[in-house]
Amino acid sequence: MTTSTLPARPEAPARAPRPRGAGRRRFHQWLFVLPALVYLLVFFGYPLVRNVLMSFQEYTPRTYFTGEAPFNGLDNWHRVFENDLFGDALWQTILFTVGSLVGQFTIGLALAVFFSRRFHLSGVIRAVLLLPWLVPMVVSAVVWRRIMDEDHGVLNSFLETLHLSGDGVPWLSSPSVALLSAILVNIWIGVPFNMVILYGGLQEIPRDLYEAAALDGASPWRTFRSVTLPMLRPVVTVVLVLGFMSTIKILDLILALTGGGPADSTQTLGTLTYQLSFLQLDFGQGAVVGNVLILISAVFAVLYLRVNRADLGNGGTR
Amino acid sequence: MPSPTGRIAKPATALALAGAVLGFGLTGCAAQPDPDTVTVLNSATDTAEHEANQDFFDRCAEPLGLKVEQISVPADQVSSKALRMASSDSLTDILELDGSELPQFAETDGLRPLDEAGVDTSAMSDSGNALGSFDGTQYGVARSVNSLALIYNTQLLADAGLQPPTTWEELKEDAAALTQGDTYGMAFSASPNADGVYQFLPFFWTAGGDEAHLDDGAGAPALELWKDLVDEGSASRSVVNWNQQDVNDQFLSGRAAMMVNGPWQVPVLSAQDDVDWAVASIPVPQAGDDPVPPIGGTVMTIPKNEDHPERESNAAKILNCLNSEENQLAWGERVNNVPTRADAAQAYREENPELAAFADLVLTARSRTGEVGTGWPKVETALAGAFQSVLTGRSDPEAALERAQQQATAGE
Repeated sequence: MTTSTLPARPEAPARAPRPRGAGRRRFHQWLFVLPALVYLLVFFGYPLVRNVLMSFQEYTPRTYFTGEAPFNGLDNWHRVFENDLFGDALWQTILFTVGSLVGQFTIGLALAVFFSRRFHLSGVIRAVLLLPWLVPMVVSAVVWRRIMDEDHGVLNSFLETLHLSGDGVPWLSSPSVALLSAILVNIWIGVPFNMVILYGGLQEIPRDLYEAAALDGASPWRTFRSVTLPMLRPVVTVVLVLGFMSTIKILDLILALTGGGPADSTQTLGTLTYQLSFLQLDFGQGAVVGNVLILISAVFAVLYLRVNRADLGNGGTR
Repeated sequence: MPSPTGRIAKPATALALAGAVLGFGLTGCAAQPDPDTVTVLNSATDTAEHEANQDFFDRCAEPLGLKVEQISVPADQVSSKALRMASSDSLTDILELDGSELPQFAETDGLRPLDEAGVDTSAMSDSGNALGSFDGTQYGVARSVNSLALIYNTQLLADAGLQPPTTWEELKEDAAALTQGDTYGMAFSASPNADGVYQFLPFFWTAGGDEAHLDDGAGAPALELWKDLVDEGSASRSVVNWNQQDVNDQFLSGRAAMMVNGPWQVPVLSAQDDVDWAVASIPVPQAGDDPVPPIGGTVMTIPKNEDHPERESNAAKILNCLNSEENQLAWGERVNNVPTRADAAQAYREENPELAAFADLVLTARSRTGEVGTGWPKVETALAGAFQSVLTGRSDPEAALERAQQQATAGE
């Protein structure tokens, strides 16, 4: 985003008097871009193109031995779209992503606002709250699998002690609850990240704005809505987009928590790709689902860039 | 782009470097190891297992003047690792695969048929050989195989005055009688992956189920049995989340009086004193029916190596030595699996009477890929979907199996 606006400035004055120097300068500018460009081509361009190509090929274990992957047109795409699981997985991915983001963001923002008032031990508590984010996701999932066990899990014992539920809640063993459980665990994992970034954003808001709002007699809620939220907007976009990117492709958490079950109720596009590519070894069909994921992410990336550019534009005119 | 003179060196170097990085990254390292070293790709990531393997490899390699080097990755990554190695021509001399993965590799034409390589498999039992064959050709040899049996808590059964159940009816009655307080009568794995399907097969097959025709109705009673056990409260509703390790943990903590599990749990079971246990055959629908458990285990294969045929023959010599009667017996006892040679299996049975149930089962056990071959992964996914939807009340057995058949044959 910034690279497109920055080079314009030094170029302008050099253009008229010395064209040769300008050419050399432009070459040098490109030289600085080159490493990034090569990196992008090798590590993003190549896999992306390969993945798209693969989705039109019969790509099986044989391919690895013979190097032959005959093109089969739209066969892979047809098969994936005819698969009942694809629709379910897409819907569950959407539910999982939206549910996780809403939960992570609301709780994260509430905690960030809470901690932005300095009080005794706030630093220590904030550090402790970071822990879920530091623990590897597979470890969290394994621990939560025990916590959410229907018969002997801590969560159900806790609820029973409080007389909130007589019968054990089938957190992971009922298809109607399992997706919710996965979302809850993912919220628990994602809250610290949201809190840290939003907390950082809150620190950037000038104190005098709050003083001015106080002088105008604004209520706390009004201050939050008219000062905090608008000033926090760029950070909010970053948090939501990054959260979206990491949530939509969820795999490890689900695999360790439920393995996609029970009765496929927690299958997502991520687990479906994994199943097609690495269990059924049909890499062509796996690539199709992968491409759908890339497409969804790309749409949001473009939206993000547009929003961001609009923000930058506003900042520039002031 | 104009190219200013005198400054060419730096961008050229940068380009050359970038090119080198690209070239290096794409070709990978296809260097052949030392000619006297035989390389093996297996899943022996556990230290004890890795060392046990090395012991046996060394025992066979030293007299031949060879060395064996193992590359071990987690079991579920062996096939993808092997494929990556194959694409860069750096596949190991011996590739040890899970039996259920063999057809997909055999179909690629990348494996050497064992009779061409000079590996003798004539002394192995039919069921042992079934695990390593594809389309009538033997590509892999199993040193030992495992299966499933009913493992029960002798104390709890004695307290209830029960003998281990032999029929499904008895299983249901006994499981209900043994369910008390925190303890369920029965535990099994119904997880939506290979573990759950492996445990479902003895019931499905014994009932007459056919993996190529899931919807022929014969397998439905097996689903019914599992559903009854869960619905009547004799087994936990959490079975849909349990893998075979979880099932063993439940049994060891006294929360299950009986469980379905395999001989690989024997070291864990033997290492504790809290639960007294014994092994029985998995109950069958009617008294007198033959149990048909699945056969499991790994097979060793020899990937083709046209440029270095001597590496193939070294690998073959190692395989022949590992599968001598003496070595098979020793290996079987080391890993608590049943040797595939008839003579070694007989000796194993005599020396380990407490595990005789496993040794007997292997004789009637069936390979998962024998009938459907490369179609197995799809059948496995479909079967897992069937028992998961029945156990969670989403579907009745017949409808679940019909849907499973559609999934298993989709796109054919």
